[in-house]
Amino acid sequence: MTNFLNSFLLVEIVKGMMLTLKYMFFVPRVTINYPYEKGPLSVRFRGEHALRRYPNGEERCIACKLCEAICPAQAITIEAEPREDGSRRTTRYDIDMTKCIYCGLCQEACPVDAIVEGPNFEYATETREELFYNKQKLLDNGDRWEAQIASNLAADALYR
Amino acid sequence: MSHNLPSVDIQDETHIKPYTMNFGPQHPAAHGVLRLVLEMEGEVVERADPHIGLLHRGTEKLIEYKTYMQATPYFDRLDYVAPMNQEHAFALAVEKLLGITPPPRAQYIRVLFCELTRILNHILNITTFALDVGAITPALWGFEEREKGMEFYDRVCGARLHANYFRPGGVAFDMPAGLAADMLEWTDTFPKVLDDLDSLLTNNRIFKQRTVDIGVATAQQALDWGFTGPMLRGSGVAWDLRKSQPYDVYDKMEFDIPVGKTGDCYARYLVRMEEMRQSLKIMKQCLYNLPGGDYKVNDYKVSPPPRSEMKSSMEAMIHHFKLFTEGYHVPPGETYTAVEAPKGEFGVYLVSDGSNRPYRCHIRAPGFAHLQALDFMSKGHMLADVVSNIGSMDIVFGEIDR
Repeated sequence: MTNFLNSFLLVEIVKGMMLTLKYMFFVPRVTINYPYEKGPLSVRFRGEHALRRYPNGEERCIACKLCEAICPAQAITIEAEPREDGSRRTTRYDIDMTKCIYCGLCQEACPVDAIVEGPNFEYATETREELFYNKQKLLDNGDRWEAQIASNLAADALYR
Repeated sequence: MSHNLPSVDIQDETHIKPYTMNFGPQHPAAHGVLRLVLEMEGEVVERADPHIGLLHRGTEKLIEYKTYMQATPYFDRLDYVAPMNQEHAFALAVEKLLGITPPPRAQYIRVLFCELTRILNHILNITTFALDVGAITPALWGFEEREKGMEFYDRVCGARLHANYFRPGGVAFDMPAGLAADMLEWTDTFPKVLDDLDSLLTNNRIFKQRTVDIGVATAQQALDWGFTGPMLRGSGVAWDLRKSQPYDVYDKMEFDIPVGKTGDCYARYLVRMEEMRQSLKIMKQCLYNLPGGDYKVNDYKVSPPPRSEMKSSMEAMIHHFKLFTEGYHVPPGETYTAVEAPKGEFGVYLVSDGSNRPYRCHIRAPGFAHLQALDFMSKGHMLADVVSNIGSMDIVFGEIDR
């Protein structure tokens, strides 16, 4: 009898409708207006790559090629030779962002915190070629995001 | 010219022969790049022939050319809905060959995140399954919860999907402060959403009409076809690797294995709903009992030293360089290590020849065994029921095509 009434009066359908109505009017909205509002990002977020500099402007990368060796996608290409002052620096540091799988192993490998995956994820381009990053582009990224990268690294230093 | 046409028997002409139809590979209900060749008799399916391989990337072969450390990201990309469970299988396999045991904290973190992943996977499966059979609302609510879960992912490893977090010997980084408290809070609020999903779907007549008695697999069929996970349990076989051969700290956890009675799409749905509640139970136990201490083995031959030490100690620096260039050598041997991934038994058969790279890495994906059953499960059903079957199988092509 109860089963018949339940089925005849559409009890489960009405219950479901009530629930959706409740969500429609009484539950605060959860969507965000994306380009203007953004979701939270953790300090560990692995986004666009950047090459960092020391506070005195000297580039950190010493061309040890650990990132090139560990990169599972073989997206990094490095060439290096001694600079005029005798210090070892890269002459070429390319990352093919279309190959990169954002695993974070390059920044784990880097002994001087030079290559990092920064907090930027909005770098879509119109052509594929723009995603072949060279050293200048990576250093520019580093200059642009340095403040946030440094604070993220400091916040996470305890756990690494 | 019509008078030149041969006379035809109208009876012969009106008989429609079984015709062949392509379902996918771009069909939204195919859950990926499934190309299904269906032989139809009217609207009834006579034969369903899945064509796979459209997402084949040669993962197994790629792994043979990578060091053990480089191989973990590839496991995220198999079943991209449950990345950490698969890293877990690989990590356990390598640990078995190396003969190391990760410290308790690492084991608890791994179990915690495996169960979180299981919930995220089941949310996606149940809600998109409901979407396929006509209910849109669950998908919207489910994705909101998935978003919260992926924020936990982001906070612990820096990526929302492709985690690369579990490593042989532990996990990559420690859990940040505050994460455990937030996860505990989520385990208290999430059951409310589960209840809402329950009241929308479980008794809903439309949902039941689309799922009850559709795609029945008996217990014997399920065993014969190599089902595992919710597919097997939905058919009434109580088999779960977390109970039958516990790995990490699952033997210390208290949880139940839900078992379905009927083996149809509805039973599999019910099993997954209950599994989420059990996973919440495990997550809570992990969070309450999370021990302190190391989060990876303290052996610099296998896991990299802490960054602060690497920058100050020459010996640690040498270990760091060795690990990130050559990697570690794994003693010769072979192992088949399986974990209970959300979709079923995910196994890694690893052969080592003593070098720094796997000699062979075979991956046993649960979806592969499930997909071959689509033919007998769909036979005699309507075209729309094939969609229910695919939905309840929890097909993800990353792992099937590998």
